[in-house]
Amino acid sequence: MSVSSAVRPRSPIERMLAANAWLVFAFLYLPILVLIGLSFNENKNVAIWTGFSTRWYGEMLHNDGVMRALRVTLIVAAISTVVSTIVGTMAALAMERFRFRGRGALDGLLYLPIIIPDVTMAVMLLLFFAQASQLLGRAQVFGIGTITLSHIAFNISFVAVVVRARLSLLDGSLEEAAADLYANRWQTFRRVTLPLIMPGVLGGALLALTLSLDDVVVTQFVSGPGSTTLPVYVFGLVKRGVSPLINAVSTVMLVASMVLVGVSLVFQRNNARTG
Amino acid sequence: MVRESWTRRIAALVTLCVLVAACGSADDAGGAEVTCEAGVTDGDTLNFYNWSEYIDPELITAFEEQTGVDVVESFYESNEAMLAQIQAGVTYDLIVPSDYMVGIMIQEGLLMPLQKNALPNLGNLDTEFQSPAYDPGGDHSVAYQWGTTGLGVNLSVVGDDFVPSWALVFDPTLTSGFAGGVSLLDDPRETMGAALKYLGYSLNDTDLGHLQEAATVIADAKEFITQFDSDQYDESLVTGEVAVAHGYSGNMIVAIGEADNPDDFAYVVPEEGGTLWVDNMAIPADSAAPCTAHAFIDFLLDAENGAALTNWNYYASPNKAAEEFIDPEILGDETIYPSPDLRSRLEIISDTGDYEINFEDYFAQAKS
Amino acid sequence: MTATVESEGDLLEEAARRADSRRGFLIALPSYVYLMIFFVVPFGIVFVYSFATRSSTGRTILEDFNLNSYSRLFDPVVARIATRSLTLAVVTTVLCLMMSYPFAYYIVSRGTSVRNALLILVMIPFWSNFLVRTYAWRVLLGSDGPISQISQALGGGEVRVLFTTTAVLIGLVYGYLPFMVLPLYASLERMDWQLVEGARDLYASGWTAFRRITLPLSMPGVVAGSILVFIPTLGAYVTPALLGGARTTLLGDYIVGQFLGARNWPYGSALSVGVMAVMLAAAVAYFRVGAKTA
Repeated sequence: MSVSSAVRPRSPIERMLAANAWLVFAFLYLPILVLIGLSFNENKNVAIWTGFSTRWYGEMLHNDGVMRALRVTLIVAAISTVVSTIVGTMAALAMERFRFRGRGALDGLLYLPIIIPDVTMAVMLLLFFAQASQLLGRAQVFGIGTITLSHIAFNISFVAVVVRARLSLLDGSLEEAAADLYANRWQTFRRVTLPLIMPGVLGGALLALTLSLDDVVVTQFVSGPGSTTLPVYVFGLVKRGVSPLINAVSTVMLVASMVLVGVSLVFQRNNARTG
Repeated sequence: MVRESWTRRIAALVTLCVLVAACGSADDAGGAEVTCEAGVTDGDTLNFYNWSEYIDPELITAFEEQTGVDVVESFYESNEAMLAQIQAGVTYDLIVPSDYMVGIMIQEGLLMPLQKNALPNLGNLDTEFQSPAYDPGGDHSVAYQWGTTGLGVNLSVVGDDFVPSWALVFDPTLTSGFAGGVSLLDDPRETMGAALKYLGYSLNDTDLGHLQEAATVIADAKEFITQFDSDQYDESLVTGEVAVAHGYSGNMIVAIGEADNPDDFAYVVPEEGGTLWVDNMAIPADSAAPCTAHAFIDFLLDAENGAALTNWNYYASPNKAAEEFIDPEILGDETIYPSPDLRSRLEIISDTGDYEINFEDYFAQAKS
Repeated sequence: MTATVESEGDLLEEAARRADSRRGFLIALPSYVYLMIFFVVPFGIVFVYSFATRSSTGRTILEDFNLNSYSRLFDPVVARIATRSLTLAVVTTVLCLMMSYPFAYYIVSRGTSVRNALLILVMIPFWSNFLVRTYAWRVLLGSDGPISQISQALGGGEVRVLFTTTAVLIGLVYGYLPFMVLPLYASLERMDWQLVEGARDLYASGWTAFRRITLPLSMPGVVAGSILVFIPTLGAYVTPALLGGARTTLLGDYIVGQFLGARNWPYGSALSVGVMAVMLAAAVAYFRVGAKTA
C-alpha cells in the first residue's frame, strides 16, 4: 500500500524530501566508500596511502586469528539475534496486549539494559559468570556461550522497544474483529497481529544483529580463550596500527550482506508473483 | 499489601546478591603441583593471552611445528582488562603482563612460580632483567620485550636543533608555535609521570602536592594538546596531524620507518628522564598446561627466537644471547637501546597501592 | 433475575480476564526470567560492590561497607563531566532527529518493496566494523583528507575538522542514525494516513495536516528513537576519543577509567548506579510527560 497521501507526488515537498534522502544516503555511505577504498591500500598502516594493492584480500584468508574471530562473531550474532527477537517480541506483545501482575515491573526491567553504561554491563556480567563458574564448580565457563548469553541480555530490550513502538499504534480493532469471527488468541496472533507487526519485528531483529556484530566492551570482558570476536580483535589491533586487512574483511562482509539482501528481494518478488 | 510483597521481594533479592557476591570472594590459590621438565609439554593446547600483534606469527607456527601443540591466541588491549579476566577465573596458560601488573599479580597470588630447571635458556637473559624490582628473584616472570616512552618529533615543524625535553609538550610558549599541536598518551601513569619528570620528581611519587602540580602542568598545556591518544599517536605524527607525539618506542620507530619521509622525524627520550617499561611472560596460577607454557617461554628465550621477536616488532630484547642475531641497525639505534647515561634517568612504573587511584583522579581532573 | 444474569456474565468476564492475565504472564515470562538472571542479579552484584572498599592492589574487599564511593559523586569534577556528556547527548539526539524524520517520512512514502530495500540500505553500513568506520571518518576529516583537499583546491587553507566538537558530533550522529530511523519508520508506516487525507479534504494545508495529525501520531516513534540515541550517547567515549582527541573526560570514559585504570571498582560501581538512577528517573519523567500530552 503506497502511502500517497503522505506526500503529493512531484510536489516541491516531495522533491525536497527526496533530496534530503539522497543527502542522508551520501552521508551514510561516504565513510563506507573510504573504507572500501582503503582496503586496497598497499601500506600496512591503513591511514597512510602508498599505493594500490589487492594483497590484503588474499592475506585475509590466511590470517587464522581474523578468520577464527569472524567465525565466532557470526555464530554469536546469528544465535543472539534469533533468540532475542523471539523473546523480545513476546515481551512487547505481553506489555501492549495483556494486563498481568508484574507488568509494571517488566516495563521498568525492559528499559534497564538500554540505560546502563556499556562498561557497567560488561563488569557485572563478568562478575556474575565468575561467581556462577565457582558455584557450579566448572573451570571453564567463559567463551562463545557467555558472549551469546550477554548479547541476548541487551538485545531483548532493543527488540522490545522497537516492536512496542509499532504495536502501540495498532488499535486492536482488527484483532477484535478476528475474535468476533471466532478466531482464538493464537490464530488471531498468527494471522492478524504477526503480519501487522512484522516490520517492527524485522526492524528489531536488524537492530539486534547490528548491535551484536559490533559489540566490543561487553564481549571483551566475558569472552574466553579462543573466543575473541572480530570487533574485539580489531580493538586490540588499534594499538599496533590498523592494517587494511580489517578493511578487506569489512568490505567482504558488506558485499556479502548486500548480495544476501538482493537475493532475498528477488526471491520475495518472485514469491509475490507466483504466490 | 502489594507494597509489602515488593519490599520483601527486594530484600530477598539484595540478600541473594550479597550472598552470591560474597560466595566467590574467597580466592583459592591455583592448581595442583606439577613438575615440568625442559622441553616436555602437557596436553596439546596452549592458551596464549597476549597483546595484539606482539609476536611474529612465524614464531607461533615454528613452536607449533616443533612441539605439535596447538597455540590458541586470545588478545587483550590493556593490562587491566587482562587482569579482570584472570581474576574472574578464566583460564589461560601464558600471559604477557607489564612490569607493574606483574607486581600486582604476584601480590594477589595469581601467578605460578616458575620452575627454573624447565627453563634452560633462562641464562640468556641479560643480568639486569633477571631479578627486577617488581619480581625479586625473577621467580614469577621472564622479561619479554622492553622499551621506552618518549616523544616523536616532526623535525620540519620543530626544527633540527631542539632540546629533547618534556617542554616540547608541556610548555605553551613552545607548543603554541607548533602547527597541529601535540599529542599525549591517554594513560594517567604515563602522562602524569611525564609531568612529574618534567617537574623533577619521580614518576612513582606519592606526594599529593606533587601530583596536583603535575595536573596543573597538564591543564595549563591543554590548549595546544590536540589529543590524548594511546593508540594512533604514531599515525598522527607521521601524517602531520600533530607536531610532537608522546608514545612508545617500538610503535614510533616502525611508523617513522614506514613513512614517506622518515628523515623528517625523530624519536627522542627527554633529558629529564621518562619511563622504561618491561613486558613479561608469566603463567597464571590455574593454568591447565603449565609445562607447555614453560616450554614456550624457553622457546622464546632461545637466542635466535628472541632476536626474531625484536626484528619483527622493533622493541628492545632483554635477551643478551639474542644480540648476535638481532639486526645490527636495531642494536645500534639509540632510540631502541638507550645509552647507559640515559638509562640511569629512566624509571619503571610501579604500583603505588592505596595511593594508585590518585593518578587517575588528578588526570581526570586535569582533563575535565 | 437480572441480577443473576449479570453476575453470571460478570463471573465469565472475570474468568476470561484471569485467563487472559495468565496468558499474558506466560508470554512475558521468558523475557522476565532471562532479564532477572542475566541482568538484575549481575547488577545486584555491582550494587553491592558500590559499598565495598578497594584493597591496596585494586581488589574489591567485601567488608567494611561504606558510602565513601557515593559521597564522591558530589565532587565538582563529576558534575563537570556529567554536564559535558549531557550536552553532547542532547545535541546529538536533536541533530539525529532532525536528519532522520524527513528521511523516515520519505521512505514511508515509497512503495512497499522499495521501502524495505531502503531500510536495509540504511542498516548495511553498520554491518561493517565500527572502528574501521570511525577510522574512515578520521581520514575524511583529517588535515590530509578529502574535505581539506577540496578546500585547498578552492583556494582556502588546510581544513581540519578532526579533533573538534564538530567531528565528534558527526561521528555520534552517524553512529546512532539507524537507532532513530528505525523506530520513526515503524511508527510512521503504521499510521492511518486516511486521517491525513481527510484533513486535506477539509482544506487543511500540508503543513497543518502534518503538525496536527502526523506529528502527534508519530510521537511514540520519536520518543523511542530519542531514548535509543540519547542514552547510549551519554555513555559514549570511543567515538569522542577517536574523533575528538579525548581532550575532555566524558562520563563513559570516566567510568571505564575507574574500572580499568584506577582499578577502583567500588567507585566505578557507585558511578554506574548513580548514572542509572538519574537516567531511570529521567526516562520515567519523559514518559509521564509524554503520556499526558498523548
